[in-house]
Amino acid sequence: MSDGELLRLSAAEAAAAMRAGQLDPVELYRAYRQRAGADLAAGEHGLNCFTWVADDDGAAERLGSGLPLAGVPLAVKDLFCTEGVPSQAGSKILEGYRPPYTATAVARLEQAGAPLLGKCNQDEFAMGSSNETCAFGPVRNPWDRERVPGGSSGGSAAAVAAGLAPWALGTDTGGSIRQPASLCGVVGVKPTYGAVSRYGMIAFASSLDQAGPLSRNVTDAALLLRHMIGFDERDATCLHFPNHIEIPQEGDLTKTKIGVASQLSAEGGALERGVEDGVAQAFADALSLAGQLGASVRTVALPHAPHALAAYYVLAPAECSSNLARFDGVRYGLRACAVGDRDGGGQAPRPGDASGEGDPSEALFGIEAEGELIGMYARTRHDGFGAEVKRRIMLGTYALSAGYYDAYYGRAQKVRTLIADDFRKAFEQVDFILTPTSATVAFPLGAFSSDPWAMYLNDFFTVPMSLAGIPAISIPCGRSGRGLGPDGEGLPVGLQIVGPPYSESRLLQVAYVLEQALRFDGEVALA
Amino acid sequence: MSSFAFEPVIGLEIHVQLATATKMFCGCELSFGQPPNTRTCPVCLGLPGALPVANERAVHFGLMIGLALGCELAPQSVFHRKNYFYPDLPKGYQISQYDEPLCRGGRLGEVRIHRVHLEEDAAKLIHLGVSGRIDRSDVSVVDFNRGGTPLAEIVTEPDIRSAEQAAEWLKLLRATLRRLGVSDVNMEEGSLRCDANISVREVGSDQLGVKTELKNMNSFRFIERGIKAEVARQEGLLIGGEQVIQETLHYDPSSGRITSLRSKEEAHDYRYFPEPDLLPVTISEQMRSRAEAEMPELPVDRMERLQRELALSAESAQLLSFRDELGDYFEASLAAASGTIEPQVLANWVSGDLLGRLAEGQDPAQTNVSPASLAGLVQLVSDGAISVGAGRQVLDELIERGGEPEEIVERLALSALSGEDELSGIVAEAIAANADAAQRVRSGNEKAIGPIVGFVMRQTRGRADGGQVKRLIEQQLTSHL
Repeated sequence: MSDGELLRLSAAEAAAAMRAGQLDPVELYRAYRQRAGADLAAGEHGLNCFTWVADDDGAAERLGSGLPLAGVPLAVKDLFCTEGVPSQAGSKILEGYRPPYTATAVARLEQAGAPLLGKCNQDEFAMGSSNETCAFGPVRNPWDRERVPGGSSGGSAAAVAAGLAPWALGTDTGGSIRQPASLCGVVGVKPTYGAVSRYGMIAFASSLDQAGPLSRNVTDAALLLRHMIGFDERDATCLHFPNHIEIPQEGDLTKTKIGVASQLSAEGGALERGVEDGVAQAFADALSLAGQLGASVRTVALPHAPHALAAYYVLAPAECSSNLARFDGVRYGLRACAVGDRDGGGQAPRPGDASGEGDPSEALFGIEAEGELIGMYARTRHDGFGAEVKRRIMLGTYALSAGYYDAYYGRAQKVRTLIADDFRKAFEQVDFILTPTSATVAFPLGAFSSDPWAMYLNDFFTVPMSLAGIPAISIPCGRSGRGLGPDGEGLPVGLQIVGPPYSESRLLQVAYVLEQALRFDGEVALA
Repeated sequence: MSSFAFEPVIGLEIHVQLATATKMFCGCELSFGQPPNTRTCPVCLGLPGALPVANERAVHFGLMIGLALGCELAPQSVFHRKNYFYPDLPKGYQISQYDEPLCRGGRLGEVRIHRVHLEEDAAKLIHLGVSGRIDRSDVSVVDFNRGGTPLAEIVTEPDIRSAEQAAEWLKLLRATLRRLGVSDVNMEEGSLRCDANISVREVGSDQLGVKTELKNMNSFRFIERGIKAEVARQEGLLIGGEQVIQETLHYDPSSGRITSLRSKEEAHDYRYFPEPDLLPVTISEQMRSRAEAEMPELPVDRMERLQRELALSAESAQLLSFRDELGDYFEASLAAASGTIEPQVLANWVSGDLLGRLAEGQDPAQTNVSPASLAGLVQLVSDGAISVGAGRQVLDELIERGGEPEEIVERLALSALSGEDELSGIVAEAIAANADAAQRVRSGNEKAIGPIVGFVMRQTRGRADGGQVKRLIEQQLTSHL
């Protein structure tokens, strides 16, 4: 098999070929390693999808034969801890940090036969919708290198779209899998909250973070998800998934009831700036296709969905302000000297290391006075965090402060409950809800750099499901049409399919049927 | 001004390290002096990506404490994050409970309980003093072995009115917790720690004064001293027409000095919010009944029973209840007695002669004296088979080598001289040998009998009963008039 043929195999096809003895896992691993490695070496001249790539074939060689994932290499978002391998969550404060343990989701996929290929670039601590908040440079969209891949799992989505990885792990807090999947023309699944263990995922907002697959097609997504889910005694919020993830089969949509909510429709509902024409057209086409395949389409009400973004931007920053407190320069990562230090600030050596292998008698920090300790904290966090992370830490700290808690955090939690209730009621009437994944196609780098709120609006269609903890998938449903304007012509558009808790298998089945009918061609993006 | 009479109003906050096998939110074993940072893992080091899982055993212990203190057990309680930066707090927050604690209300003795909640202990900061480093700064190191140890925090209502009462009540609490088996409750080692909220007010007032929180009292003695010192300080301020300022204070046991740690204005805003990494703690009927099934008899109940059923004195009952190993030993001994011995007599032997022969804090069950042999010994004394003095010699021998009291009595020939004939002869001998003393007794000086009694006791090596000896001497002196 030529490298070109090799790389055009979907993950499921490659796995089948290896199980049949037609393809050598090390050969496949090496081919992807070379492509990913070349992108890493190119730095910002490439797509900048990776922050680390394996430099030998050891991971593939170690795998036993006959494992379910058969040796198909896996790219992993940087914020998953991987033992001995840099895990920096896109942040300078964790530059060079190599954890002493591996995240449960990654470990399970390795045990199922997916060797670690590399670590993917991302927005810093998953805070961003464009992959521009990363400390290691922005990721570029393989469909148009002057445009963003979306975020925060932008490196993962772009790598899959560009054929630098067969599939990838991402995380989704308010849309961080679905939105980049949409902007890069790949499939992305945000599972039910609690389906996949969060142990070893560097946290952004604990009550929202979920790991999920990014892949070239729905079948690959189902295969990967099948081996990620399940109870983990190390994550108290992780559940016994009540059913098995089925690999989707040929079929139609008869007896399928699909809902469209005016609040989350192509007309834009409450979204001020509306939905781009190209997106609206592709969404309308997908809806009529669903009808042709036998689905009944009706309107449902999600009255509180327009308030989701406001609630999300209280709750997620509140949790992140606490989750990121551990990055204090004491035990791991960056440590800066206090302002006004004899050394005049800058980086200070930090003896000992997180794995506990350092000499425990060695001083972890030297302080003369409490003020100097606070200075060290302040300087470390000043130097280590980027602007967006600082903004959210401040937002969240404010929202949790004495006297403001009820007005912000308390109210946002109430909104969250109302949104979940809206979905629960809607799913008494329909099986699935369809929305555009993103109001826009991939936008130019820097488009929102001076307007954070405009950037936050990118999450308008994806945040309600995150707050409700329910599963959703984004599949490519077309390309923004010709003649609709000079910007973003021909770029992929994503369709979001939303289901009730634990409906992943049914969700994947519907997505598969639509995918087969839509016949989206993503090969253009293969780098 | 000096006509004011003040009374202190004191509430206590007690932190108890729970004696679980593993830490509150991870699988690390608890540390007992292991080398620094050897009992740690990604969770208790607060490494990126690590998550807490609540220790079921700690919840069980929390429920037992709640039941013992008569609290209402919350069907559902919530862990919160208490956010602040300090090097002994690796996550930048402590997982604790806030407005939905595990237990509410309750009472122990005369003091009402406000609440009991679970949380994790901080790591240990060790300040090594001036080092040889260029920057001349003090060096502080962190030992994370202690970090994440389960703690129960018990908060009382402000029902205590004196330093002495605070220390006494804390001893009752310690005895109760020890009886439950949920903690080592050792103040010196820090498994029992106590802070006090202190205010003073004019006697008769039902208003509460401005309170201060006094920390770092790591022994019963220091608690008493610290509270006394703070009460005196506050009274002095009020008498002098000054105000007490709400602040957190540090007590230095070596100098007795009280210094301010932080004022109300400097108090942290902990930004409590529900810990999203943990589910609420739901107490099932099964968990509740399991805790109920494991409830032992508590010191207050035992004290009451020992007085009611065995007619023990209040003092004996308290000692045998507060030090449950003594109570257990006493009751085992009483159960092993073949005949009938007076419980109070046995209690006196346990709390007097036996306890006096033990090292500080030693458990009598760990000595050579079995409860049955002590019962046998007390039986012999009660029956008059041996004298009290001989009994003490038997006890010495039991402590030294163990064995059976009867056998020791026989071997050392300690049986009481019950036949008056034999004793009468020795008494006559004694009178003859102490003619001067005998003469003085005859002329009315009763105290002069001492040397004669002493002679008899020496001759009988303590086997004779002192009362009987005295009576015989008096008889003989009278009849020989």
